[in-house]
Amino acid sequence: MSALLDIKQLSLHTENVRLLYGVDLTIAPGERVGLIGESGSGKSLTAMAATGLLPTNIRASGSITLAGRPVIDASEHQLNLLRGTAAAVVFQEPLTALDPLMRIGRQIAEPLRRRAARDGQRLSGTELDAAVLAMMGDVALPDPERIARAYPHEISGGQRQRVAIAMALACKPSLLIADEPTTALDVTTQAEILCLLDRLVRERNMALLFISHDLPVVAGIVDRVVVLRQGEVVEAGPVHQVFAHPQHAYTQSLVAAAHAFDTALGAVP
Amino acid sequence: MSLLKVDNVTFGYSSGKSVLAGVSLDIGPGDTIGLVGESGSGKSTLLRLLLGLTRPNSGSISFNGTALDPRNAQFMRAYRRQVQIVFQDPYSSLDPRQTVLSIVAEPLRSLKIAGDHRQMVMEALVSVGLEPTILGRYPHEFSGGQRQRIAIARAIVAGPSLLLADEAVSALDLSTRIRIVELLKQLSASMTLVFVSHDIGVVAALCEKIVILEQGRIVESGDTKTILANPQHPYTQRLLASVPRMPA
Repeated sequence: MSALLDIKQLSLHTENVRLLYGVDLTIAPGERVGLIGESGSGKSLTAMAATGLLPTNIRASGSITLAGRPVIDASEHQLNLLRGTAAAVVFQEPLTALDPLMRIGRQIAEPLRRRAARDGQRLSGTELDAAVLAMMGDVALPDPERIARAYPHEISGGQRQRVAIAMALACKPSLLIADEPTTALDVTTQAEILCLLDRLVRERNMALLFISHDLPVVAGIVDRVVVLRQGEVVEAGPVHQVFAHPQHAYTQSLVAAAHAFDTALGAVP
Repeated sequence: MSLLKVDNVTFGYSSGKSVLAGVSLDIGPGDTIGLVGESGSGKSTLLRLLLGLTRPNSGSISFNGTALDPRNAQFMRAYRRQVQIVFQDPYSSLDPRQTVLSIVAEPLRSLKIAGDHRQMVMEALVSVGLEPTILGRYPHEFSGGQRQRIAIARAIVAGPSLLLADEAVSALDLSTRIRIVELLKQLSASMTLVFVSHDIGVVAALCEKIVILEQGRIVESGDTKTILANPQHPYTQRLLASVPRMPA
């Protein structure tokens, strides 16, 4: 089966700084891949590049193919056709990803309406309202009628992230890109959101690109990992193999640090 | 006798419900204690109270037997000499226009401590694992972990007996985080450490005692190992179960 996302020898440069160098990353349909790295490793840039969202001052070389179409040097019109259907993104900070002046219901309605239009359907107001409530039910938002009328600041951080996930899923993407989706959340909320993401991705047979600096979080949700350091891939492979037998010294240091905190916590009660 | 005693402290803003309700804590000299809580647990408010920046609505906080009171200027001056704090974000807590020497020497100046400041700063830098030759450099020349070391050097330069840390490793990358935890652990051998964090894993690695806060109340406290091995309160159990673990 051909890859859904195929990044080959991707390098990114600004005027005088090299940001990413020779990165290879392939995701098959339905596959779940983790992109691990610390700050400045280039993991978010890789995701931005995959969806054609790079700032204009960054030059890209190499190739990116998303759902069989080239991304680098594609026109904004071609990219807009890919975004949403091929890939949708959930960002780290749901408060900045949502429009503060728009009610939650309308924000979820927008991608639903656009997706329907793309499929050649025109939804009536009542159909759209019903679809919004169904979508909110899918991401387990409590009391959907109330939250649909609320503004982003009126709901909790975990609820906002559920809204952001609902908006991404409304596009029915083949690939969901989640960029540190739980980093801004409390640990108990994080556990709920990870569980939700895991279930939704499986149910809808989506591929997942999960970007995080947090190894145990990644371990729980993906099949394969790619480790980035200072813009280069240092190691890649099945998650259990990489975490059990890291080959590169950098991966070894990350795994050792993660184990140190685990050991301090003791056995799971 | 306890070094810092929090006795039945309640705090709330005039409008809403209380942020802290009936909180009592006994921090002995040499203790390494972690205050763990999620957003809204009241951990940052408790830290402000411990610093003497805010007064409780009821109850009291005393240091070596004397109550913290902003009106008792003489005592508060002496208290400020004994207590220092390290903040979460090393990018915003260091003045970008000052040199390392000037930043680290700041408590010595403001507390009017006599002596050779340059020498004292160099000793503080060495004890946090930095080269004493960086005195003339500026914060932007350092990585996040190095900046946090500079912030810790500033906190220990005046020889405090109590070090407060507010999410002091939360903004750091994993590999840096473990090294700063090791540094704090090493420093805690010679001073009392109160470490506030939402990250129970970091607290487990650093603190001998742990206090679990939920919505302004202490739900469980005691020896860290005992509580982790056998958490009694449902919230502590849920918190521990929520922490993602590495695959076995």
